[in-house]
Amino acid sequence: LAQTRNRRFIHTGPHSQPAYPGHVPLTAFQNAFLAVGSALMALADPRRGDMVAALGETTAGSTLTRLRDIMLDSPEGRRILKERPRINSKTLNMDKLRELPDGTFGRAYIGWLDGCRVTPDSREPVHYISDPELAYVMQRYRETHDFYHALFSLRVSALPELALKAFEFTNLGFPMTAFALGAAVRLKPAQRERLWKEYVPWAMRCGSHGRCLLTVYWEERWAQDLKELQMELGVWNPP
Amino acid sequence: MQAASRAWRTTSRQSYRSAFVLRQNHQQAQPQNPQSPDSSGRTTSFGFRTVPEESKESLVKNVFDSVASNYDLMNDATSFGVHRLWKDTFVSTLRPGRKGPLRCIDVAGGTGDIALRILDHARETYADRETSVEVVDINAQMLKEGFTRFKKTMYHNTPQVSFHEANAQELPSSQFKDDTYDLYTIAFGIRNCTSIPAVLKEAYRVLKPGATFACLEFSKVNNPLLSTFYDQYSFTVIPLLGTILAGDRDSYQYLVESIRKFPSQPDFAQMIRDAGFTTGRDVDGGAWTDLWGGIASIHTGVKV
Repeated sequence: LAQTRNRRFIHTGPHSQPAYPGHVPLTAFQNAFLAVGSALMALADPRRGDMVAALGETTAGSTLTRLRDIMLDSPEGRRILKERPRINSKTLNMDKLRELPDGTFGRAYIGWLDGCRVTPDSREPVHYISDPELAYVMQRYRETHDFYHALFSLRVSALPELALKAFEFTNLGFPMTAFALGAAVRLKPAQRERLWKEYVPWAMRCGSHGRCLLTVYWEERWAQDLKELQMELGVWNPP
Repeated sequence: MQAASRAWRTTSRQSYRSAFVLRQNHQQAQPQNPQSPDSSGRTTSFGFRTVPEESKESLVKNVFDSVASNYDLMNDATSFGVHRLWKDTFVSTLRPGRKGPLRCIDVAGGTGDIALRILDHARETYADRETSVEVVDINAQMLKEGFTRFKKTMYHNTPQVSFHEANAQELPSSQFKDDTYDLYTIAFGIRNCTSIPAVLKEAYRVLKPGATFACLEFSKVNNPLLSTFYDQYSFTVIPLLGTILAGDRDSYQYLVESIRKFPSQPDFAQMIRDAGFTTGRDVDGGAWTDLWGGIASIHTGVKV
């Protein structure tokens, strides 16, 4: 879905003005309405990435504040909040990443991007978070999600995505990641069993043991060895 | 389905008449400082934005390209199906076919709601299979939706319905000759046109003497209690429904804003008279008939 950019924002109501480009201020009622609506729509049509994003934002609640404080507690996290790096095809040098030796995090990431035929540009911008810093935290989460895929070598099909959502729930705490597990009803029975028997226990243990992944400045670690990175973060591969 | 990226220019407000500026009672009050427009061109409203006149057409085109595929679904969702009742009332008060077959033109008729009702009414009530409707719309996407809908009916491939891409403000005179039609209808379309007087003038031109002009459009709700609920609903829920169902907030924001910018019932009736039509008196039931407290209104005029 193409986004409108470079436009002065349409004033939506007598309450707040937009706090950043793309911001759509919502009242409590509108927030609740959108939360319910986007949940139903995302379930009905999972290709609506904008609805999945809206659900995450309208249900984030205090999670973003807590995560921002965790980031402030870590030196790397503080640097991220200060510099606010963005991840898209303009800020990433894909060719340089391809030249990295095998076994490094950067090589694993670009290999994963190429293999799954995904680009770093497909993420919906944040619209419904009123504090600009918290909006950035949400945006950072959305943009670094692919790094989690690369870190654990999880592909983009339904089962690995749900496994990753379970991990994100324990590691980061977004309510939406737990709701996403509701989409497990759409899996085949054999896959559902694998999800609950193997992936979820891994996610619970690994997510709570590991460091909060939002405090990781991924862009500084392209050349780092993948296994070493996992050890440093206190995580390990799923079964 | 998002509207294409575009830059608004906030220039000084221009309105058709200063009288109706003062009558605007929409929630988001614009600063009322009528400056003279810059000499480079005239401006018009696009929802609550002020834009150069030349841009309005393409901005509206983008909106309708975007909403076309979900148009009927969104109408049902946002009005809880009530738009069907309004359109039924609109066509039944016109009684097409009562005095013999009519040659009708339905402008901004895109998806064919009115055209279909006209043909069905003539057929069912008067056993009339000669009445024809020419559906005219500036937007090809909307016409496509209408054409597809008509394929499911008995009128497809008959002379009773035809589809034409044209601008209501400038109907090509080779195709739409003077004094041709018995009935001109425009439903929920005129507020999207850049110049309402131009549309009315064209309507006057193509209608036969004695023929009827009929317009169904969103209008002013005068009851303050109803107006409060209606405004709340419009500005709170409708853009969200647009976001959820169609992935397009901006088009629905434009649509609710454009309703607030449309002239009030007496002002629009005067504009209809200015184009040469004769109307009833300036009361509800005369030159116009309010539906649901004025949420929608039917304006009629006769070319004498």
